Amino acid sequence: MARLDVLAGTYFVVTVAAAMVLRVMSLFPAMDIFNPDWVALVLIYWAIALPERFGVFSAWTVGLLADVLTGRLLGQYALIYALICYFSINEHRRLRQFPIVQQCLWVFFCLLGSQCVTFGLESMRAGNRLQLEFWYPVLSATVAWPLVFMVLRYIRVMARIV
Amino acid sequence: MLVVDYRSERLSRLRSLLSVLTYPLQALASLPVDLSHSFADTVISFVELQKENRRLKEQQFVNDAKLLKLAALEKENTRLRMLLENSFQLGEQVLVAELVSVKLAPYEHTVVVNKGTRFGVHAEQPVLDANGIVGQVIRALPSSSEVMLITDPDHAIPVQVNRNGLRTIAFGTGQPNRLHLPFLANNADVVPGDLLVTSGLGGVFPAGYPVAVVDKFEARPDKSFANIYATPKADLEKSREFLIVWSHSTPVVLGEPGKPPADAQDGRESANGAP
Repeated sequence: MARLDVLAGTYFVVTVAAAMVLRVMSLFPAMDIFNPDWVALVLIYWAIALPERFGVFSAWTVGLLADVLTGRLLGQYALIYALICYFSINEHRRLRQFPIVQQCLWVFFCLLGSQCVTFGLESMRAGNRLQLEFWYPVLSATVAWPLVFMVLRYIRVMARIV
Repeated sequence: MLVVDYRSERLSRLRSLLSVLTYPLQALASLPVDLSHSFADTVISFVELQKENRRLKEQQFVNDAKLLKLAALEKENTRLRMLLENSFQLGEQVLVAELVSVKLAPYEHTVVVNKGTRFGVHAEQPVLDANGIVGQVIRALPSSSEVMLITDPDHAIPVQVNRNGLRTIAFGTGQPNRLHLPFLANNADVVPGDLLVTSGLGGVFPAGYPVAVVDKFEARPDKSFANIYATPKADLEKSREFLIVWSHSTPVVLGEPGKPPADAQDGRESANGAP
């Protein structure tokens, strides 16, 4: 059992780190505005798959790191990820039964909420500007969800983490 | 927590601590682009190298000639200032920092460079490249720092028109390679092609560095201010190496050593090239 804890923890850390790298990577500068919030997607997956292991606190910690990584106010992503994780864990039984399209819808609303919080905080900090580009990551994250879901489920099944 | 971070500096230690964990991730994310650049540097052809070498030599020659003249002018300037008894000079020191190819937020013009507080970098330092002002450091972490470019929609820089000393403020637009000057009257003496240089007001940017070239002057008869756009001189999109500048804003007196310094306020104003 302890071995499984360590294993799950390791995979959690590795996947979240990989998501963070993807988050700030800029291979094609023209595509940057479509770069989805990979960290949120990975957190949603783990919250659905292993709600008894990774909870709101781990999401909060990851969010704090994401704040430093992307140079936001400390606590912005911590708040967002904690909220997303809380709702996903609350609904995890239902979400597991959902077909992938319905899960995409869930992801869409999670990311929309996250973007709204971001927008609220940023406009509190410095002027109001609502551009179309601001909402692109929400759509791209929705499209990217099936991919993230498949890859992470493959990893989880391969590593036999339950 | 958000409010504390916004209002005070108390959480900056926590941020530096966490950045030790996140910097490797940024470095990793930047790796593919860095590798492709170093690969391009390695496989460059002999002919191209020769060409570049010749071009650089010519440039060096021209620059040397300009520098000769500059030294003489600087001497003359110092002499004239000594005559006016408010003489001082701004000492400046630079550090070369390299870009880390990461994108923090898509709608912001912020870049990460690989020099941080370990090299003495601090917030509100001006950043230049070979052609002009790039932006300013907004946050310094132990091994990296975040630089806000002058084209960021939240950025404003005090400038003056090099030709006639007209002072104004240039705002970023959020578009790459575009600045906006909203506070000049319709009859202002600005024409496309005018060079904008830093005015030194505000205290962040040292005076006299080129910022942008005016490319569009649009008088609006129905409004009190004209619409003026400018293109930054610096290669904001392409540069990979930046200079971080330490400028000592306290005047250094050049006159006789025993004499008490002249009125510093007076000196600062004349140094900004006020007409």
